[in-house]
Amino acid sequence: MNAREKLLAEAAKRILITDGAFGTEIQNWKLDEAAYAGDLGLTKDQKGNNDILALTKPEVPESIHRAYFEAGADIAETNTFSANRISQADYAAEHLVREINVESAKMARRVADEFEAKDGRPRFVAGAIGPTNKTLSLSPDVNDPGFREIDFDELKDVYREQVDALLEGGADFILIETVFDTLNAKAGIMAVGEAADALGRDVPIMLSMTLTDLSGRNLSGHTVEAFWHAVRHARPVTIGLNCSFGAEQLRPHVATLAKLADTLIMVYPNAGLPNELGEYDEAPETTASLVGKWAQAGQVNILGGCCGSTPEHIAAIAKAVEGRAPRMLPTLEVRTRLAGLEPFTMAA
Amino acid sequence: MTTASSTNFVNIGERTNVTGSARFKKLIMADDYAAAVEVARQQVENGAQVIDINMDEGLLDAERAMTTFLKLIAAEPDIARVPIMIDSSKWDVIEAGLKCVSGKPIVNSISMKEGEEPFLAHARKCMAYGAAVVVMAFDEKGQADTEDRKVEICQRAYKLLTGIGFPPEDIIFDPNVFAVATGIEEHNNYAVDFIEAVKRIKASCPHVHFSGGLSNLSFSFRGNEPVRRAMHSVFLYYAIPAGLDMAIVNAGQLDVYDTIDPELRTAVEDVILNKDPEAGERLVQLAEKYRGTDAVAEKQAAEWRGWDVIKRLEHALVKGIDAHVVDDTEEARQQIADRGGKPIEVIEGPLMDGMNVVGDLFGSGKMFLPQVVKSARVMKKAVAHLLPFIEAEKEEGARGKGKIIMATVKGDVHDIGKNIVGVVLQCNGFDVVDLGVMVPWSDILKAANENDADMIGLSGLITPSLDEMVTVAEEMQTAEMTMPLLIGGATTSKVHTALKIAPAYKGPVVHVLDASRAVGVATTLVSQTGRDAYVAKVADEYEAVRVARANKGQSALVSIEQARDNSFDADMTLKPKRPMMPGVHEFRDWDLADLRGYIDWTPFFRAWELAGVYPAILEDDVVGESARSLFADAQKMLDQIVEEQWLTARGVAGLWPCRRKGDDVIVHVADDEHVTLPFLRQQIQKRAGRANMCLADFIDRDGDWIGGFAVSIHGIDRHIARFKAEHDDYRDILLKALADRLAEAFAERLHKYVRTSLWGYAEGEQLTNEALIKEEYRGIRPAPGYPACPEHSLKPILFKMLDAHKRTGISLTESFAMLPTAAVSGFYFGHPQAEYFGVARIGRDQLEEYAGRRGVSLEQAERWLRPNLD
Repeated sequence: MNAREKLLAEAAKRILITDGAFGTEIQNWKLDEAAYAGDLGLTKDQKGNNDILALTKPEVPESIHRAYFEAGADIAETNTFSANRISQADYAAEHLVREINVESAKMARRVADEFEAKDGRPRFVAGAIGPTNKTLSLSPDVNDPGFREIDFDELKDVYREQVDALLEGGADFILIETVFDTLNAKAGIMAVGEAADALGRDVPIMLSMTLTDLSGRNLSGHTVEAFWHAVRHARPVTIGLNCSFGAEQLRPHVATLAKLADTLIMVYPNAGLPNELGEYDEAPETTASLVGKWAQAGQVNILGGCCGSTPEHIAAIAKAVEGRAPRMLPTLEVRTRLAGLEPFTMAA
Repeated sequence: MTTASSTNFVNIGERTNVTGSARFKKLIMADDYAAAVEVARQQVENGAQVIDINMDEGLLDAERAMTTFLKLIAAEPDIARVPIMIDSSKWDVIEAGLKCVSGKPIVNSISMKEGEEPFLAHARKCMAYGAAVVVMAFDEKGQADTEDRKVEICQRAYKLLTGIGFPPEDIIFDPNVFAVATGIEEHNNYAVDFIEAVKRIKASCPHVHFSGGLSNLSFSFRGNEPVRRAMHSVFLYYAIPAGLDMAIVNAGQLDVYDTIDPELRTAVEDVILNKDPEAGERLVQLAEKYRGTDAVAEKQAAEWRGWDVIKRLEHALVKGIDAHVVDDTEEARQQIADRGGKPIEVIEGPLMDGMNVVGDLFGSGKMFLPQVVKSARVMKKAVAHLLPFIEAEKEEGARGKGKIIMATVKGDVHDIGKNIVGVVLQCNGFDVVDLGVMVPWSDILKAANENDADMIGLSGLITPSLDEMVTVAEEMQTAEMTMPLLIGGATTSKVHTALKIAPAYKGPVVHVLDASRAVGVATTLVSQTGRDAYVAKVADEYEAVRVARANKGQSALVSIEQARDNSFDADMTLKPKRPMMPGVHEFRDWDLADLRGYIDWTPFFRAWELAGVYPAILEDDVVGESARSLFADAQKMLDQIVEEQWLTARGVAGLWPCRRKGDDVIVHVADDEHVTLPFLRQQIQKRAGRANMCLADFIDRDGDWIGGFAVSIHGIDRHIARFKAEHDDYRDILLKALADRLAEAFAERLHKYVRTSLWGYAEGEQLTNEALIKEEYRGIRPAPGYPACPEHSLKPILFKMLDAHKRTGISLTESFAMLPTAAVSGFYFGHPQAEYFGVARIGRDQLEEYAGRRGVSLEQAERWLRPNLD
C-alpha cells in the first residue's frame, strides 16, 4: 500500500487526528536568540525563526511532535510552514532551506515510526508548505493593480525546492496549507506534480484553505466551492480548512465543503478567536465539543488544531470523536465544474 | 423564448476579444487598459457567464497584453467572479495566461493540427494547471468541414484525451462553424454539417460539451447586423437542441426567434437548413431590405449620454438604467457643491424630479410595476452614494411626505406584495420603515411610536393573517392611537376590512387593493386638506358595505345531515389502483432545469400587477412591452438560478392505504399508525342534481388510496441578502416571485411523477404544460387552506404523515404558514371524478361537530374556521 491507500484505509475506519499548533508550544520554551541561532553563524537575528530549530535546537520540535502523538494524533505536520526561500530570506537563511526541510521531515518520520512501532497504529507525516508572504493574485500596490511581486514560475520553483527536500526526508504527503491565495496553491500543486513526475511515483497532496472573512472567502476572493473547483485537478487526498477563525465561525463552510468534495475532509481550526491581548483562550473541551458536532453530522474525516491549540486540545478532540463514524465520501455527478471567484457548474 | 437564454446554454462574453471587437482592439492598442477592463465588466453585468479574452493581433505583444489584462481583472471582484476563457491560437500566450488565472478557466483552444504529440503535451499542461479545454476539429490534414470529418476528428481526440486521464467533462469540442450563403455551392451545407456532427459526437463521447463561434456563420453579411442577428438566432434555435451548449456570442445581439420578421426568418431558415440551392441567393436579395435598420435605434441609445447631467439622471430613473448612476450622481453633487449647494439637494432636486416623472407615468398607467421597481433601484443606488456626503455634512435628511410602518403580521411570512408597495411608496417620497415578516402587534405599535409614524400598513397572504390584523387593530385602539391603518395582501378584501377590522379601531382604516393605489391613498392621508373628507368617505363606504351585508339574504344553508344525504356519489368501480410504489418518497434536489419547463407564468405577471394571460400578455398592446422586459429579466435570472445552483428544490410525496368513514378519511400510515383526516362538507343549498361536496366523497369506504406531498424551494436568503446590500429591490422581488413559481412548478411536476410513476394510474399520460396548467389530468391535489379543504390546521397532520419538516426542511409558523415561503403542500386524490370545489360557508351544526371530530374546544374550531363562518 502506498501512502494514499494507507491513509484512505485508516480514514475509512475512524475519524483521524492531525496535530495542533507549534508556534505557541515553542513559546513555552522561552528560547533566546542564542538558542535559535545556534552556531550557524547567520548574519541576521534568528529569534522567531521557528523552522530553523530543526537545525539549532531539534529537541524542541521533536518533543512537540511527541506530545501530539501522545495526545492521540495520527498525523504529524512538519514544522516547516516558513521553510521556503522567500520566508527564510528575512533571516538570511535561504541557503538552509533544503537542510531545514530534510531534517524536519526526518525528525517527524522518526517520531511517527516510533509511535507506530509501539502500538501498530499507522502514523503519517505531512510535509507542510505555507503560502509564503507573497501573493500571485494581488498587487501590493493599490495604485498599480496589475503589479505582482512574484510570478507563477518563480513561486513554483520556490515550492519545488521545499517539496523535494520534504520528500527526501520521508514525508508521506505534501500539505499545502493556509491557502489565502488560490493561485499560490495552484503553483504549489504544479510543483508537487513535477516532483512526483521526477520521482516516478504518486505524491498525495493535502490542501487546506484559510478563510479571511466570515462570508467564506479567502484573500484572493474564492468561495469554498470555487476553491474546490480550482484545485480539484490535484486529486488531493484531503481538502479542508485551517486557521481562519475558530470552529464556531467555520461551521457553515465545513458543511458546504463536506457536501461538495469527493475526497477526505480535514479541518484544523484555531482555538477560537484571539482575545483583546491576541491570546487564544478557548478551553480544550470547548473546541472539542464544537468540532465534535461536525463529526456527529458526518462532515469530517480528519480533525486537528491550528493557532492557539495545544496537546490538551488535540487530546480533547480525539476523545470527543472516538468511536464516531467517519464521513462517507459522496459520489459526485459528472459535471463540468469551472470557477472564477465563484463556482460555475455546467448542466450535464 | 430567447434562444440565448435557453436552459443550460452558456453565454460567453466576446467583447474582450481583439479579433472580434474593433473597440476593444483600439483600447488595447492604445494601452488604455482601464477602459478595456470596463468592457469586461459590462460583459459580466450583461449576463456573460464566462468571458473570452483574446489578444491575437499582429501588432500586439499578445503574451504581454494577455497577462496584463488578466492581472488587472483579477483585482475586480465583480469581473473575476466568472470563469475566464483564455483564447489564443498561440500556445505560449495560453500558457502565460494560465499562470495568471486563479480559478478554473477554459483554454481555447488546442487541436491535432501539428499532430498527436504536441496535442497531448498541451492537454497534459491544461490538466496540470487545472483547466477545461476547447478542442478544435482540426487535424494534420486540416480543418474539418464535412459532417463525417468533424465526427472522425472529435472521436479521435476524445479517445486520445481520455487515454491520458483527461476528464471527459472538461472537453469542449468546437466542430467549426463556417460561413454559409457565400455563393459557393460546397458551403451550403456547412450549418447542417455542424448540427448533425454535434448530435453524433454527443452520442458517442459521453460528458463532452460543444462550443462554436457564431460570427463566422454570417460572414457573407458583414455590415448588415439585422440579418446577421437573425442568422445567429436561427442557427442557435436548431443547434442548441442538437447539443451545442456554449457559444461565443454577444447576448445582447441575438433576436428572439419568435420576433424575427417571418419573411426574414424563413429565408434564413432555408439557408441554415440548406433547404434548396437557391436559398442563399434569396437571402442575399432580401438582406438589402434590412441593411441599416438598426442604426437609428443604436444612435438613440447612445445619445442620452451626451446630455446635461440633470437630464441624464432623469433619463436613467425613467428608463431604470443603473449603469452610470453613481458617476452621474457624483457629477451632479460636484456641480451643486461648486455653486455652494449641499449634497441633499441632489436628492431634493434632480432625483426627486426624476422620480416624480416616474410616479406620474405610473399613476397614469403609462409605466408598469417592473419598470417602477427598476427605477427605484437606480434611485437607491444614487442615494447610497450620497449618504456618506450627507452624513459628513451632518444635514438632517429631508423629511419626506410621510413615514409609514410596514409589516407582514405575526404568523405570516409572505412579503412580495408588501415589498412592492414599500418600493412604490419610497419612489413617491414616503419614508418606509419595513419591519419584515412575522411581526407581532407589540413591535408594530412600538415602531410606530418610536418613529413618530404617520400611518401603519399591514400585509398578509394566508387567511389566519386576517385575524391577526384584527388583533393589531384592537391593540391600536387599546393604545388609543389615531394614525391611519392600511390593510393589504392577497386574502384581504374591502368586505373583510369593513366588517371585521374597521369596527375594531376608531382611527381611519383603509383597504388598499394593490400597489398602484397605495400612493394615492397614502398621499391623501398625509395631506392637510384632503384627509378628513377622504377618511369620512371611506368610513361611509364601509358602513354601506356593512349595511348591505346585514340586509343581504345570505344563500341558505342546509343542515349537515341534509348535506350528507346529498353527498357526491363517486363510481367506486373507477377508483385508482394500488400505487406502484406506496410509502413515502423523498426528493432532495430536484433538477431546477426540469422544473423550469413547468412554470405557470400567468400568476408571475399577476404578482407584478400586469394583467393578462401568458403568453398573450407578451404581445399585449398596453402592458406587452413591460411584460416582455420583465419576462426577459426573469429568464436571465432563471438561467443563473439553474446554472449557478442558487436554489434547491426539496420535496416529499407519500401514498398510503386508507378508507372513508363519514366525512373523515382514515389513513393507514404504518401498520399500527392510523391518522384521521377530517374534511369539511359544503352546506350551501344546492339546486337539483348538484351535490354537497366533501373531499371524503372521492374515497371508497371499502378501502382506497390517498396521497400527500410537500415541496419547497430553498436558498433564496443569501441572494436576497446580496440584492439588499446592492440596493436592488427589483431583483429581490424578482427572485422571490421566481422561487414561488418554481415551488408551484415543482408541485405540478411532482404530481405528474406521482400520476405516471409512483402511483402510476396515468402511466401513458402525455400532457403539454398548457394542459397541465388547465388541470386536464386525472386526480386533484387540494392544499390545506385552499377552498376544497380551507382548514390550515390540517398542515401539521399532513407534515407529520410525511415527516415533512425533516425531509424537506419546511417549518410551519403558529398560523400554519410554511417557511420557506416558496412551498406547496397538499393531498392527492386519484379518483377520476375528483374535482376542485369550494367548501364556502358552513353552519354552526357542522362547526360544533367538527370541534368534536378534531377533539378541540369550540372556540378553537371557531378560530380555525372563521373565514367559513358567517
